[in-house]
Amino acid sequence: MANKLIQEAVEKHYPYGFVTSIESDELSPGLNEDIIRLISTKKQEPSFMLEWRLQAFRIWQTMTPPTWAHIHHPPIDFQNIIYYSAPKRAQDHPKNLDEVDPKLLETYRKLGIPLHEQSLLAGVAVDAVFDSVSVVTTFKAKLAEVGVIFCPFSEAVCKYPALIEQYLGTVVPYRDNFYATLNSAVFSDGSFVYVPKGVRCPMELSTYFRINAAKSGQFERTLIIADEGSDVSYLEGCTAPMRDENQLHAAVVELVALDHAQIKYSTVQNWYPGDEQGRGGIYNFVTKRGACRGAYSKISWTQIETGSAITWKYPSVILQGEHAIGEFYSVALTNHYQQADTGTKMIHIGKNTRSTIISKGISAGHGQNTYRGLVRMLPSAAHARNYTQCDSLLLHSQCGAHTFPSIEIKNSSARVEHEASTSKIGEDQLFYCRQRGLGTEDAISMIVNGFCKQIFSELPMEFAVEAQKLLEVSLEGGVG
Amino acid sequence: MLTIHNLQVAVQNDKQQIKHILRGVNLTIQPGEVHAIMGPNGSGKSTLANVLAGKKDYQVIEGSVSLDGQNLLLLEPEERAAQGVFLAFQYPTEIAGVNNMYFLRTALNSLRKRNHLPLLDAADFLSLIKSKLKEVGLNETLLHRAVNEGFSGGEKKRNEILQMLMLEPNFIILDETDSGLDIDALQMVGQCVNSLRNKRRSFLIVTHYQRLLDYIQPDVVHVMAQGKIIKSGDKSLAIELETKGYGWLDEKSL
Repeated sequence: MANKLIQEAVEKHYPYGFVTSIESDELSPGLNEDIIRLISTKKQEPSFMLEWRLQAFRIWQTMTPPTWAHIHHPPIDFQNIIYYSAPKRAQDHPKNLDEVDPKLLETYRKLGIPLHEQSLLAGVAVDAVFDSVSVVTTFKAKLAEVGVIFCPFSEAVCKYPALIEQYLGTVVPYRDNFYATLNSAVFSDGSFVYVPKGVRCPMELSTYFRINAAKSGQFERTLIIADEGSDVSYLEGCTAPMRDENQLHAAVVELVALDHAQIKYSTVQNWYPGDEQGRGGIYNFVTKRGACRGAYSKISWTQIETGSAITWKYPSVILQGEHAIGEFYSVALTNHYQQADTGTKMIHIGKNTRSTIISKGISAGHGQNTYRGLVRMLPSAAHARNYTQCDSLLLHSQCGAHTFPSIEIKNSSARVEHEASTSKIGEDQLFYCRQRGLGTEDAISMIVNGFCKQIFSELPMEFAVEAQKLLEVSLEGGVG
Repeated sequence: MLTIHNLQVAVQNDKQQIKHILRGVNLTIQPGEVHAIMGPNGSGKSTLANVLAGKKDYQVIEGSVSLDGQNLLLLEPEERAAQGVFLAFQYPTEIAGVNNMYFLRTALNSLRKRNHLPLLDAADFLSLIKSKLKEVGLNETLLHRAVNEGFSGGEKKRNEILQMLMLEPNFIILDETDSGLDIDALQMVGQCVNSLRNKRRSFLIVTHYQRLLDYIQPDVVHVMAQGKIIKSGDKSLAIELETKGYGWLDEKSL
């Protein structure tokens, strides 16, 4: 009886599953050198970029998809994917909002991301990426006043080629792994951020990713550089229409923090998760990595993962600079037949580097949730420290939670702590709440939110409430 | 008024075996009355308390329970709570990350909503709870911690009593609230129960020892053994049990 009630409470409703009917400029499905040349031409890229893409593509052809993750899916036919799809009118890079297709503005309004600056959340600049291109970036002028560059990646390639050449691929090399290499060959758009020396970015930066076209993949690339003594907080959100076939999203994010710089990167991932039977949904195969290059630099990843049929991502930090700090805070929710294999890598190179990992996995229905983490202390990492805490919460008897922590210590002065727990949502907790008058849905939502509280408190204020609501939508039925 | 008629309850263990726990309980509690239930371990006292509150692990095989004319067994736990049923738990559960005060305010407002009463805002709630904190002798800092997390045994029990005072239920079950309490805490529980006693509100107090009854004068004392109430009497029965134990009753009941 109680099980049935939990069942009802976690029935999921995905309110972002609509399709925008818009004229698109699409390449035919398939991948070869000509397609890559075509993408590069469409974006009017300098020649170094095309060369880089082609090198990646040649290596990719010799690679095979990774099989070590605790996920299961039929083989992906990479020749049946459309690698470039762009709304027609967005291609000439609209100069301002008046030139943006009203249908696109309407789409983002429906998603709760109004792009008119006056109606935006105060203090948040948004880059909106629709399929393969960025359609609009807000507050560019205001950011430029303090020297912060926030623009579509493709624009940065043309406008700031020196910065791109200097940093692109230095954190995630194009030969890094199967999906990152594919991304390097075909990436279409994404966001670029440069925060100059000593500047605290005056507002939250945010990119909103939307997949719309059928059969297309989204391969965005994001690069954030925080120069010495600078500080930036960045948030990404994602949704996609409901479709019966699976769609591939293979992104790469690179972060670079120089001396005393701080980057806070938050993700609220809500790609279409597939239906109750596990049909459709996004394959979210993403490589995210940050390099704390400078002394006393800090990179902090916070992720709320509620969407996607399969999530495969390990936002990591390479701690090079002395006293650098790496953090990873994660909530991953899997419901129905969703699978998540996620975690982090903390690579300690510099002396006195510190890292914290807090991972919360919630499984409902037949969902499978895996934490996979690596903490590596190199011989040079004297007095480095790590603290890891992995907690799993099971809502049903058919779901699963798995933990694969790896710890490699090559310096005897390093200190590593690991704590892990798995609990089934307590019938006792549920009964306790209900005895005091709370309905089942409220009780579950309260217990799950309490379980995630540590992570929510890491999100930028404007989004902490959003994340809490998203989790409620993901757990409750009939909202929206 | 609470009326329990021929209540028979079973529980299924891990090996799918059915075990009868309550074997025909009959009990009537009039408004304003305080009843105490005593009895040896495993006699079914806590089961009775939990079945009245609506815990799912139990199967009601036969019998009926009505509260003020309502068939209690048909109601969900939260609906029973809205009818005024309150269970002070023997082992209050911990809820990580959920602020104790937020929990209590949500509970109180859920009940008020179900009963079509205006909701309490944060300020009103705060002034109300501060006065109750003194009564139960809890430090205000416990309001800002997670529900029961890291509370001592005594603090957990005091927190249950705090909830009782805040929710003002009209049928209150104390399930071995006295176990593990020191004399001061015991006295506090007694005072709080006495402060709530009125013509409409009734109590069912499950206890092993008669010492709690030094502070709370029961109208009726029942002895439960092997799933049945085998003897009822006044306060003197509790004192008799304290000196003689339960042994002398067994022969008659078996």
